[in-house]
Amino acid sequence: MELVEAIVLSVLAASTPLLIAATGELVTERSGVLNLGVEGMMIVGAACGFGGAWLTGSIFIGALFGIVAGTLMSLIFALMALGLAVNQVATGLALTILGVGLSGLIGAGFVGERLTPAAQLYIPGLTDIPLIGRVLFGEDAFVYFSIALIIGVWWFLYRTRAGLILRACGDNHVSAHALGYPVLRIRTFAVMFGGACAGLAGAYLPLAYTPFFIPGMTAGRGWIALALVVFASWRPGRLVVGAYLFGAVTILQLHAQGWGVGIPSQFMSALPYLATVIVLVLLSRARTGGSTAPAALGTVFVPDR
Amino acid sequence: MQLVLEKRTERSNTIALVSPLIAIGLTIATMTILFAILGKNPLLALHAYFIAPLTDGYSLQEIAVKATPLVMIAIGLALCYLANAWNIGAEGQFLFGAVAGSWIAVKTQGTDAGAWVLPAMLVLAAAAGALYALIPAICKVKFGASEILISLMLVYVADLLLDYLVRGPWRDPNGFNFPTTAEFDSVATVPLLIEGGRLHLGSIIALLAVAAAAILLGRTIKGFEIRVVGAAPRAARFGGFNANQLIILTFAVSGALAGLAGIIEVAGPVGHLQPGISPGYGFTAIIVAFLGRLNPIGILIAGLFLALTFIGGEQAQIAMKIPLDVTKVFQGMLLFFVLACDSLILYRFKLVFPNRQVARGAG
Repeated sequence: MELVEAIVLSVLAASTPLLIAATGELVTERSGVLNLGVEGMMIVGAACGFGGAWLTGSIFIGALFGIVAGTLMSLIFALMALGLAVNQVATGLALTILGVGLSGLIGAGFVGERLTPAAQLYIPGLTDIPLIGRVLFGEDAFVYFSIALIIGVWWFLYRTRAGLILRACGDNHVSAHALGYPVLRIRTFAVMFGGACAGLAGAYLPLAYTPFFIPGMTAGRGWIALALVVFASWRPGRLVVGAYLFGAVTILQLHAQGWGVGIPSQFMSALPYLATVIVLVLLSRARTGGSTAPAALGTVFVPDR
Repeated sequence: MQLVLEKRTERSNTIALVSPLIAIGLTIATMTILFAILGKNPLLALHAYFIAPLTDGYSLQEIAVKATPLVMIAIGLALCYLANAWNIGAEGQFLFGAVAGSWIAVKTQGTDAGAWVLPAMLVLAAAAGALYALIPAICKVKFGASEILISLMLVYVADLLLDYLVRGPWRDPNGFNFPTTAEFDSVATVPLLIEGGRLHLGSIIALLAVAAAAILLGRTIKGFEIRVVGAAPRAARFGGFNANQLIILTFAVSGALAGLAGIIEVAGPVGHLQPGISPGYGFTAIIVAFLGRLNPIGILIAGLFLALTFIGGEQAQIAMKIPLDVTKVFQGMLLFFVLACDSLILYRFKLVFPNRQVARGAG
């Protein structure tokens, strides 16, 4: 029983950064912008988040540092891809390359330092309920926030007028522009939201997941978050399922390594990446009838006057 | 008052020519500020980065050695990007090629295998790189899956495969438990061009790749098809060009070049298979491809320039304790500035005064 509880807890912890980063990217992509720089924004968020928490001693301020860092990174992307109409794929790659370098520079001073990780909720009575107590009432604040975030995004996209306009920009920017909506401004906000989420997701890693910073600690999670958005067919509900499934794969391979299954650890470590490939293929294959991607995703828009 | 983009009636050839130079200038200007922030003398740092490596023969050879994989990979990537096929997993194809080629070197170690070993390694590495690149290409063509994400995911898989092999079955029994294969035999090593120097046969192969790509793109129908499919997909469809076939072709060629670059690096400058054989060549090559404007000759120059930043970065670290990550920041910034400057080939900036226009309309 305790093992089951431990597994569920670690799955939630492993899924949370994926969920937060993918939620941000989902909003960005629904506005019609493909920002491939999630990995770069995450890793800078991780370095700045750890730095902020280490300097101030506050996990909360660390998380804020991560959010601000991710947002600043996304503004570079917005300036290029929206302001200068540069190819979004190339710009996103540039953002990741820059982010990896920047995080190394920023984090160099913090390598080897340890933090007290984010505190976990404790409600006497409720948290002590066997099996479900710790899973439901014993998480750190990031886990609860990620769930609130995805519900908020669902509500925004499908229940508010602003969300409708954002989706319109993503499906047909020419029509949205003709109706008088400021397409580029809306997209800039969507990109910034994506950056803030990626920064927070990155900050989660050194603030709650492992209480120290190592260069390259995001280990491709930003790319997996991008794949999750495809997996979710750009819908928030499916994103939750996808994020927890991927978290489960990550954790199962860790436990399998621990149980000493006769498979080399490197093969188990490759599982999340291979799972991403297989899922992308299966889903794309099932979707031959028509794409569910925002119709204007990744296309350049320069308003004519 | 607002600054907006306006499409030029035709592309500006002047800017197309000078844009990489402007980009390099802007990057160096930004680097100067970064050095100052890091508390280093910017002039000395720039000297260490860009001038010092050019002043001695050893460093010049080292630049050519570093440029070799960059140019080979970037040539293949340029073909992909021209055809609008996004292979960003060249790092994985590089590693997979290195692993496949090393297999022959490891299996023939200590035997009296003859001169066939190195050619066989090169051929196998190229084939393996091509096959590895075909995974995302086929997933794209058959199932419509994102070639960007799949090629990237396979980088991590190749990295783990290499790690497993050098820690497990291929580990050098006399290697004090270090994760590395034994030093390759001389028949499995890329020959040097200058006795006692660093320059090796791989640089010649890279130059051949540049020449072949220049001929392919400039002189053949296939090259024309690649450019049309990327630049004007609709026109290409009317022209009866098979876009899917070109995705497969460009991915296979770029994978083969990356795989070849991988085994040349392992059997050349490194001499054995170990983790960390690539300081991110596959990703830096993306910058090389764009900085070279997806043009083979441009890529040759861009490859040498980025190799200079690798060598300069190492020297600046030794001489001035400037962190190696500065090189990555430099490379990332360079790509940003290149892309931004490229935008000005198609667009120009224009100042508009929206309020005044509205006022006039109302009056």
